[in-house]
Amino acid sequence: MARAVTTRHRTIATVAAWIVALLIFFPILYTIITSFKSEAEAIQGFSLIPSGTIESYAEVEAQRGYFHFFLNSVILSVGSTVLALIIAVPAAWAMAFSPTRRTKDVLMWMLSTKMMPAVAVLFPIYLIFRNLGLLDSRIGITVMLMLINLPIVVWMLYTYFREIPGEILEAARMDGASLWGEIIYVLTPMAIPGIASTMLLNIILAWNEAFWTLRLTTANAAPLTAFISSFSSPEGLFWAKLSAASTLAIAPILIMGWFSQRQLVRGLTFGAVK
Amino acid sequence: MGKIALRNVHKAFGATTIIPKINLEIEDGEFVVFVGPSGCGKSTLLRLIAGLEDTTSGNILIDGRDVTNEAPAKRKLAMVFQSYALYPHMTVAKNIAFPLKMAGEKRDIIEKKVQDAARVLNLSSYLDRRPGQLSGGQRQRVAIGRAIVRQPSAFLFDEPLSNLDAALRGTMRLEISELHQQLGTTMIYVTHDQVEAMTMADKIVVLNAGNVEQVGTPLELYRSPRNLFVAGFIGSPRMNLINGRPAEKLNATTIGVRPEHIVVSTTAGEWTGIVGVAEHLGADTFIHVNTDEAGTITVRTPGDVPVQHGDTVYLTPDATRIHRFGESGLAM
Repeated sequence: MARAVTTRHRTIATVAAWIVALLIFFPILYTIITSFKSEAEAIQGFSLIPSGTIESYAEVEAQRGYFHFFLNSVILSVGSTVLALIIAVPAAWAMAFSPTRRTKDVLMWMLSTKMMPAVAVLFPIYLIFRNLGLLDSRIGITVMLMLINLPIVVWMLYTYFREIPGEILEAARMDGASLWGEIIYVLTPMAIPGIASTMLLNIILAWNEAFWTLRLTTANAAPLTAFISSFSSPEGLFWAKLSAASTLAIAPILIMGWFSQRQLVRGLTFGAVK
Repeated sequence: MGKIALRNVHKAFGATTIIPKINLEIEDGEFVVFVGPSGCGKSTLLRLIAGLEDTTSGNILIDGRDVTNEAPAKRKLAMVFQSYALYPHMTVAKNIAFPLKMAGEKRDIIEKKVQDAARVLNLSSYLDRRPGQLSGGQRQRVAIGRAIVRQPSAFLFDEPLSNLDAALRGTMRLEISELHQQLGTTMIYVTHDQVEAMTMADKIVVLNAGNVEQVGTPLELYRSPRNLFVAGFIGSPRMNLINGRPAEKLNATTIGVRPEHIVVSTTAGEWTGIVGVAEHLGADTFIHVNTDEAGTITVRTPGDVPVQHGDTVYLTPDATRIHRFGESGLAM
């Protein structure tokens, strides 16, 4: 009897999970389906069966050139992530292992910057970028993306580092390791799972970031977000082309996410369950 | 060489004083045990010597050199932690080699020293394993191996056996004592277990609330405890501390009698009482007797004594071995 109940529960849970997963995934699926339709098909209404044409992809590539945007996305997301880690690893180390009375406040303050609506600082930041000649430069937008995601990176690393027993670092100190020796030989290797998932998450966040990349870039430094939005105007909406562009933009990160999902899930739930 | 001296060492965390002011001399080659109840400051004192905590004031001297403000690595001390603190991502060989690598030793010398340490500690066949694949005792040995390869001037042990089961603890206790005899290096050992302190130490430092209550050899502390705290802390089972009339008769506020210095009889004796619990250990019997005159008294008698709960017994303390304490708690 008990077994029958658990089996039924499990079936219901599985079906429910599939429904939720499909609901979440459906917009992406429909984008992919639409990208294989012709423009005429795309505006006809809801349909899950495309004609299978790849003309949208060909046109998208011919009109804008995918590779340039793709390369920018890679440079911006990887660059900003590396930069963020270089700053965040020592910062999180200091906060996790030599906390002061104000450490928690500093962490909260850092996180609070994420609660501010970005548009509130659009104007000053735009002016700073313009005056420094950083508009549409890869360096400028890389730094910008790094700064936006830095609080999350510091927070995540801080949580991972807190899980590492302090005695191990003290042992390293007794064994003659310098501060850098301690970070390089002991802390970092032990925190690699955490650092890896922080890195993956930050790459995804930077890849998908659209507010600043759309406003601070035009052509030279424009990533895939700009590539997508360039198909929504000024000629009007072309659903099939827009979908093809979107599919091309999300495909790399989707593939990366798929291969690293185990790492990501472990990273995001790290410390939640002892 | 490993002569360590503490001069007026004081430690406070904010307004909380952990160690009021300690003066202590540890001779080269000595096995010193810091013992005391948890929270007495013994681990803090060890960490001050190690350099893992900063002293608030006072000086720490190693072989006459003031190391108070020196980094842990510069003090040439090695430490074995309670949790072993092994590097989980390194093999046993790499764990043991780590301090040598940090010291910039040549690879072939590192290799040789690691092999030597592994041989001494019976770890030769585990060198390629990770700490996670070892038992508690083996991990403890790796931690000791990591400490001995550096040939430090002194070893610091912070409750190293408290995570092991009783049987293994006994074995490791012996191994550490043997290691001390072999190396002849100064060792400072922190424990709350007075049996460890009594069996291993050349010199015991009894700490209570950051104060040194008494320093002496195990037998000195056993035979002549300086105050009530030491009397109650050293010895197992605990010394019986008796107030009231029996103490007044001897012109003391409190008298102390060790359980092994009381004779039990079923016919006659100084105090009469009823057996509460009798613990039959085989070699010894611990009898807890509720008396009218002296309260609850624990008695340790050799062999198996056939007494049971509810029996009436008579107790006579060995008059030559009664400890007398005055009002201030100091021995008279």
